[in-house]
Amino acid sequence: MKASISWLKSLCPTDLSVDEIVSRLTMAGLEVDGVEAAAKPFTHVVVGEVLSVSQHPDADKLNVCEVTDGEATYQVVCGAPNVRAGLKVPFARVGAVIGDDFKIKQANLRGVESNGMLCGADELGLSDERDGLMELPDFFVTGSDFAELLSLPDQVVEVDLTPNRGDCLSITGLARELGVLSQAQVSFVDCDPVDPESDETHDVYLSAPEGCPCYVGRVIENVDVSRPTPVWMVERLRRSGVRSIDAIVDITNYVMLELGQPMHAFDRDQLVGAIDVRMANDGEQLVLLDGKTLTLTNDVLVIADQEKPLALAGIMGGEHSGISEKTTSVFLESAYFNPITIAGKARRYGLHTDASARFERGVDWQLAEHACQRATALLIEICGGTPGPVMITDNEQALPKMRIVELSNARIEQQLKINLSTEAIQQMLEALGFGVEVVDGGFRCAAPSWRFDVSIEQDLIEEIARIYGYNNLPTSLPAQALTMASVPETDTPLMRLKHYLVDQDIQEAITYSFVDPETQAVLGDGIAGIRLANPIASNLAEMRRSLLPGLVEAVRHNVNRQASRVRLFETGQCFVSQGDELDQSERVGIAIYGQSDPLHFSGDRAVDFFDLKGVVEGLCMINGGAELNWEPSQHPALAPGQTASVSLDGKVLGVVGRLHPKLARELDLPKPLFLADLELSPLLCGQVTAFKAISRYPRVLRDLAIVVDDGVAWQQIVDAITGLADARIQSVELFDVYRGTGVPEGRQSLALSLSLQDPEKTLDDTAIQELVDQVVQVLNEQTGAELRG
Amino acid sequence: MDNLQSIQDEALALIESADSLAHLDDVRVKFLGKKGLISAQMKTLGQLSAEERPQAGAKINTVRDRVTKVLEARKTTLEIEAETQSLMRDAVDVTMPGRPQEIGGLHPVTRTLDRLNRLFASLGYTVATGPEIEDDWHNFEALNIPSHHPARAMHDTFYFDDGRVLRTHTSPVQIRTMVSEEPPIRIVAPGRVYRCDSDLTHTPMFHQIEGLVVDRDISFADLKGTIITFLNRFFEADLDVRFRPSYFPFTEPSAEVDVQCVMCEGSGCRVCSHTGWLEVMGCGMVHPTVFEQTGVDTSVYTGFAFGMGIERLAMLRYGIGDLRLFYENDLQFLNQFHG
Repeated sequence: MKASISWLKSLCPTDLSVDEIVSRLTMAGLEVDGVEAAAKPFTHVVVGEVLSVSQHPDADKLNVCEVTDGEATYQVVCGAPNVRAGLKVPFARVGAVIGDDFKIKQANLRGVESNGMLCGADELGLSDERDGLMELPDFFVTGSDFAELLSLPDQVVEVDLTPNRGDCLSITGLARELGVLSQAQVSFVDCDPVDPESDETHDVYLSAPEGCPCYVGRVIENVDVSRPTPVWMVERLRRSGVRSIDAIVDITNYVMLELGQPMHAFDRDQLVGAIDVRMANDGEQLVLLDGKTLTLTNDVLVIADQEKPLALAGIMGGEHSGISEKTTSVFLESAYFNPITIAGKARRYGLHTDASARFERGVDWQLAEHACQRATALLIEICGGTPGPVMITDNEQALPKMRIVELSNARIEQQLKINLSTEAIQQMLEALGFGVEVVDGGFRCAAPSWRFDVSIEQDLIEEIARIYGYNNLPTSLPAQALTMASVPETDTPLMRLKHYLVDQDIQEAITYSFVDPETQAVLGDGIAGIRLANPIASNLAEMRRSLLPGLVEAVRHNVNRQASRVRLFETGQCFVSQGDELDQSERVGIAIYGQSDPLHFSGDRAVDFFDLKGVVEGLCMINGGAELNWEPSQHPALAPGQTASVSLDGKVLGVVGRLHPKLARELDLPKPLFLADLELSPLLCGQVTAFKAISRYPRVLRDLAIVVDDGVAWQQIVDAITGLADARIQSVELFDVYRGTGVPEGRQSLALSLSLQDPEKTLDDTAIQELVDQVVQVLNEQTGAELRG
Repeated sequence: MDNLQSIQDEALALIESADSLAHLDDVRVKFLGKKGLISAQMKTLGQLSAEERPQAGAKINTVRDRVTKVLEARKTTLEIEAETQSLMRDAVDVTMPGRPQEIGGLHPVTRTLDRLNRLFASLGYTVATGPEIEDDWHNFEALNIPSHHPARAMHDTFYFDDGRVLRTHTSPVQIRTMVSEEPPIRIVAPGRVYRCDSDLTHTPMFHQIEGLVVDRDISFADLKGTIITFLNRFFEADLDVRFRPSYFPFTEPSAEVDVQCVMCEGSGCRVCSHTGWLEVMGCGMVHPTVFEQTGVDTSVYTGFAFGMGIERLAMLRYGIGDLRLFYENDLQFLNQFHG
């Protein structure tokens, strides 16, 4: 809502500076977004009258004019096409300053002396459009100060209203607030009844009283629509950001800005029979004022005549029944529409009008008749005309009811921790328009008909806090009994995992939860993600099923920017629908690309599968070192032979592997990219350590070199040895893998180190040899391993 | 016996002059070896009488022990010298770069959220989370935003065909908590939220943290005190904080909170649009309708809630000028947040 300070002050006389007004409105919840001057600053500009016009002797487009300021006559050279004798215009005399530094001096234009300048509205900052001289009405007194006539200088404040304060979408509403905040006596606009001069009426039926419980109409005949809108009105409209159209439309807009009641004027001669305020029929069409054709549905309220819809109720009028230059008889509409009926309809049709913004939030349901009187008075003053009687059609039942809200002193004290006198509270609420009755322990308050946001006690408490000043209210910290939080040892904080990954030289990324469906299709398991109905872009249309699409894209972003080594991780919710169920559990994803370590003169190598496997194993160790199971696996996006399915306690956690080289080529990633995508929650819950007695006897290491077929997995070796279930075999480590000379084609040599320890005695050579022999034997039986000779 | 003395003298001189372990070993062989000069002296003992023999033998032993001891000492010295030489040959250039032990870093959003979680944990708040795909009831209805409510239009909601939405704020976690837990409640709910809006100052996904306190006799004063304390702790500065009346359907009274501009300390700059103030969060007393929807007894309990955007706090804290950097995941940006 844009409001001119001079307009506001015409209703609310206050000496407060503009800065102070801005501050008080803002701190009362009517946030002022900006303040700007209503026009350029100017001095020495008066109403001038052009006495004569003659052609400049040496310039086709210039005229030489005689101009009077009422006291003297000046010769002024003017280039505007609309200059003519008899015209009244803003006249900047020699010595005038317009804007910051444009000084009007005596000048010589192509040999003709010019004493001053005739001004266009744009030159004074009163319009953005260049449209010749600003033509002033005849009744402006020649020589009077132009700034004073236009209430200049003036500031315009832009108030960013919250949706609950529709009542402040008018100068009256803002003045009411400012009155309370500045303790000024507000003089509200005079809406005295205008007596009818004819019996002309027009029937109105309310077929949808829920949507429109009250409709005030008035016929005004013999109207002269050619009359210009007075400059003061054009100016006030302009300062509120509304363009002047014609006098009648301007008047309805003016009343809306002044009082808050959106109005509509129909060309009465275009109405066929009675007005019916009804729900639209499905498929009905309506051509709006802006020329757009709408196809309506039966939940949209329309103003119709007996033939067709005329207007989208509370939103916009129709083209057919609007005011035109041929109009002589006007039918004025001033109605109350139910916010619930109007809400969302304008948006649905891609419209946002001053009327819809007000009706959606709620327009004073007792205002329609007053507004109609006000508009009638203005209309007759400006365009003449013969008013008929005011016709009020209403449905008492459907009209909003006066709301009575109880307010207790105890509640005020409990919520705000202040103790105000009964008088102070009563005064605050009454100034805001509430009817206040003091009762035992509190108040009974009648909410004014313009306050749609007040229905419970807390709403009144906010009013009191607001007027008292939020920043004047006391502060404290909640008193609370000391309690000790539980610290479940089996829970690993997510931050612990993140810190671990960070310590592995991996950077945390955060990518969008919606991804490119094509990328997801390529990188996923072939199942599409859940689609957004209204994505912001087609490449952000599908919810991610894993963290891979986002991470791969992030790697690509960096590789495209000359990064040669990229290591990223992300945690977050992924979205997998299974039938009717939607799984939104969190996952952790890791991507490593480029060299295994930062560049160093001691040499480096590219990352491989085991780099990422090590990171993942470490990750799983944090919650107590649960054993992971790794199995060769297939994944459409990952390279065969370098992809593993990882499981924990028999449950699949996720996948680790190398991005398929074909995809890497398509994505312009010249080096191998290794990816992990794992379920997060199993990594965050572990076990409390159960201590096992340690052996006091020496530990013996025995190294074995065995030869097995290439196809034998290391896990099979481990499983075979574990299968012996001999507690004395503490661990088995792989410390070398060799293929080549000395080892037959198709076989590999594995060097393993056995750690042996007896909990109860020192192992002697015989026992050690027996154990080693057992291992060799079981490996031979189960994997075909032979000792390397 | 003069011979013995000269043997000793010669041996000691040669040991002294031996400049390598090899030379020293030559000396050892020459004098102490089986066929060495001192060993040869021992063999001469047989030619002596039984009376002379012990005394002469003792003399030879004394010489042998002396030579052995000096030789060992010399050997130790030479060994140390040799090792030192060897080490010097292998000397490293200690000014060359160390083998890199780099660490990654947390995303600035995570860093900020973690600090917020810890600040509120110190006041006894616990962290609550909820799903990002929400139903209409949790995201809107229960929060006193019925379908016709104008606030819905302000939310720029992402929808799914089945009517579910991407949560537009972290407030649904309030609802989930109040439905499942009995007061007293003190939670913060951090997480991703979504609005269908993208330009210089909006990303379609961003982060919020929501706070909720429900207990007996919770007042607006408690809310103010909590927020002021929090902002001063977060920015680690004694900043002015002001509360402006505002509107949220799920709180009443509601407030927006401005903090004195952290860039210019309130004197006015580009960041605060020359107002000296930065709008950082919204808050208010929990609306009775929300309590009714979630089964909290309004005759016993009151509460407050607050919510704020994490990116905004992170931008102010770290001086980041462009919101879009948060989700480009450019390493040049991320790398600045080590540890």
